[in-house]
Amino acid sequence: MTALLEVRGVSRFFGGLAALSEVSFAVEKGEILGLIGPNGAGKTTMFNVVNGFYAPSRGEVHFKGQRISGLKPYQICQRGLARTFQVVKPLQRMSTLDNVVASAFLRSKSKGEALAKSEEILKFTGLWEERNMLSKGLPLGSRKRLEIARALATEPELLLLDEACAGLNPSELDTSIGIIRKIKERGITIMIIEHHMKVIMAISDRIVVLTYGEKLAEGTPAQISGNAEVIKAYLGESDGD
Amino acid sequence: MPKLEVFLQTLIQGFLLGGLYALIGLGMALIMGVMKIINLAHGQLMMVAMYMAFWLFTLGRVDPYLSVVLVVPAMFVLGVGIQKFLINPLQRVDSIMPQNQIILTVGIGMVLTNLATLFFSGDYRSTPVSYATKAWYLSDFWKSSPLELSISYKELVSFLVAAAITTALWFFLQKTDTGKSIRATAQDRDAALLMGVNVERMRVVTFGIGTALVGAAGCLFIPAYYLFPDLGGQFTTIAFVVTIIGGLGSTTGAIFGGLILAIFESFTATYVGMGWATVGRFVIFVAVLIFLPGGVYSLIRSKKLGK
Amino acid sequence: MQRYAPLAVAALLALVPLLPLSSYLMHIFILVIMWAIIGMAWNLLGGYTGLVSFGHAAFFGLGAYSAGIVYQSLGWSGWWGLPISVAVVTIFSLVMGFVVLRLRGPYFNLSTLAIGEVLRVTAQNLDKLTQGDLGILIKQRSWTDKQNFYWVVLLMALGTYYVVKGLVGSRRGYYFVAIREDQDAAESLGIDTTLNKTIALTVSGVLTGLAGAFYFNYMGYIDPKVVFDLPGISILAIMIVMVGGAATLTGPLVGSLIMVLLAEWVRSIPKLGAAHMSVFGVLLILIIIFLPNGLVGDFGKIRRLFTGKRNA
Repeated sequence: MTALLEVRGVSRFFGGLAALSEVSFAVEKGEILGLIGPNGAGKTTMFNVVNGFYAPSRGEVHFKGQRISGLKPYQICQRGLARTFQVVKPLQRMSTLDNVVASAFLRSKSKGEALAKSEEILKFTGLWEERNMLSKGLPLGSRKRLEIARALATEPELLLLDEACAGLNPSELDTSIGIIRKIKERGITIMIIEHHMKVIMAISDRIVVLTYGEKLAEGTPAQISGNAEVIKAYLGESDGD
Repeated sequence: MPKLEVFLQTLIQGFLLGGLYALIGLGMALIMGVMKIINLAHGQLMMVAMYMAFWLFTLGRVDPYLSVVLVVPAMFVLGVGIQKFLINPLQRVDSIMPQNQIILTVGIGMVLTNLATLFFSGDYRSTPVSYATKAWYLSDFWKSSPLELSISYKELVSFLVAAAITTALWFFLQKTDTGKSIRATAQDRDAALLMGVNVERMRVVTFGIGTALVGAAGCLFIPAYYLFPDLGGQFTTIAFVVTIIGGLGSTTGAIFGGLILAIFESFTATYVGMGWATVGRFVIFVAVLIFLPGGVYSLIRSKKLGK
Repeated sequence: MQRYAPLAVAALLALVPLLPLSSYLMHIFILVIMWAIIGMAWNLLGGYTGLVSFGHAAFFGLGAYSAGIVYQSLGWSGWWGLPISVAVVTIFSLVMGFVVLRLRGPYFNLSTLAIGEVLRVTAQNLDKLTQGDLGILIKQRSWTDKQNFYWVVLLMALGTYYVVKGLVGSRRGYYFVAIREDQDAAESLGIDTTLNKTIALTVSGVLTGLAGAFYFNYMGYIDPKVVFDLPGISILAIMIVMVGGAATLTGPLVGSLIMVLLAEWVRSIPKLGAAHMSVFGVLLILIIIFLPNGLVGDFGKIRRLFTGKRNA
């Protein structure tokens, strides 16, 4: 059975710099795959390639058995792959509700349908109370959850979370982790970039480690935390644990 | 032979004009690079400088080329004033439309044009200098030359002064502390801030310099052309086409951009028709945006990276 | 009740010609309404979608010349220009969109400016088709008094209002605003930004072109310097929306009223007569710095100013 997402030998160059080099891995349906690595390892670039913002310089990306590398981001989203951004990009002068409605239209035939779906998702992510606030007035924790809510509104099968937990205080962190777990329970596959080691180790089923654009290791959290090379790659990097 | 003659003459004229165009574009490129502002009042500022030069000539018998010395500092002050009192306040404003700053400069340009019309009337002005028709002919130097080429005194002097100013600017940016601070701010504002550069002052100074540069261009322009209040719009267009050809924010690019645009216009005027030169300007603009959005600068950069 | 407000206003306005107003005042009314159309059209692209066009004169002029050329070269009534302008401007918008919509930020703005100017110079030079700077003159306008023109433009404005309102409240409207706020985020959320930007550009252009075609029939004379004018058409359109309030439905109406009246008022002051552009320029600067969302958008700010409440 083919994996939900297949990254095959993807390289991405910027001028002379190889941000990604011959990276291959797969994401199985229903799992949470963690993508980790020191700063500058190429994790967000990987997301940008999968999501369609960059075409791979070499290699291919397949989703649900079909090639998506080379498609535009909106086409990829229509096929069921959504992402959040590391630096959150709310639609600032729209309300929280409208932010989600705009995304919900993808799978809704009418405004009424979009509103209904948005209500459900806002309650799911704990944003219902703030639904009429302008999104630029939201605190960071809410904005991060809004990123997730918007992506969820497109009813993805695969959700790419880019540092959805960065910069959160402990209680916000707990809320977000809870939401991620509930997303998995809904049957949505997740690939997540995170620097919080504890978070990644706790929620990931499998982990892929990138460093300097190359895949260093792949395995279960237990395997990865015991991997000497991974530890070496992180030596000197303290990630706020 | 006449075909070759026409070709070379067109080329020479374009090249000499290119010096002036480069000067016009340099001011805008500098401002764009440091402040990320597109100043659509650039041409109108040049028009203001031209009026300064005109009145210095008419009332004070000051040769336009010499008036550069007086006009440039005055324009610098004007630029600083505009920056401090009009553009800076805009930074604190939050509005729905993203391009407020461009619109602001449009407003400034409108006011300048209209004030000029009110105070100086729409009459065409010129500075008829004594050497207005003086020119050098190739046949003067090379008796048996098969071609007849000429360079007018005015064109050449304008070009040389423009080149001198450009060189002085280059030294300023490369060698002086202020110049380096300006380049730092253009490259990475936050990093410059962290390095102790007074970014605010650099922005003000840069706008002043950009205005001063276009003021100099105005002085160099007026001996050869007619002056009237609506002239500003044309020069604004030239300025931003030059900067786009050169690559947004690149001063080196602006120099190439000025030469390229002027030569292109010269050829359009000669071979297609005078009226179409303006269209040619925009055609090249759109073409560059589509095919080489980074401008000449991106070509230079990729050569440097050895790609 | 609120739903019928626009219709009620339109009904009231429809009664205006029945009052004993001078021809000059009727002219002012017509101008205000025509500019409201242009303002609403520009607002759709600039205020809602965030694509600030400095070249809307291109659409206006194309509409005007669609009517003018049909009249001059084919001998048809200039009113055929209205449906024809829709076709002409649609095709033009699609081509223009293909070229400029891929550009971001200031590149886009400048290229719209360029296109407006290119069309102006082209109209001036292609004199076999457009009569160049001589312009096109209607020998006998449809009506000598202004009533019927007024009702035509009022109807057009009502239609424009509902088209814009319908788009803005629908899925399209959400997409437009999403594109304005963050184009990359919008793309990632499944919004075909190219398609939607094209729709915004085309609808905005067609509505403006219709106003241009009307202008030809109403004024009875057009020439390139007037209908493709950068400050007189393109910048004025921007001003109307900025003064009134971008991304609001009623902003352009308020803006149009103010700008047209202001222009006429300044023109009538003896010394200041020719200075209306300066006044506009100063107004533009003040609005941008102090009331960036226009009178309608920043209404709250204005109210606070008058009720003396302080806010941080």
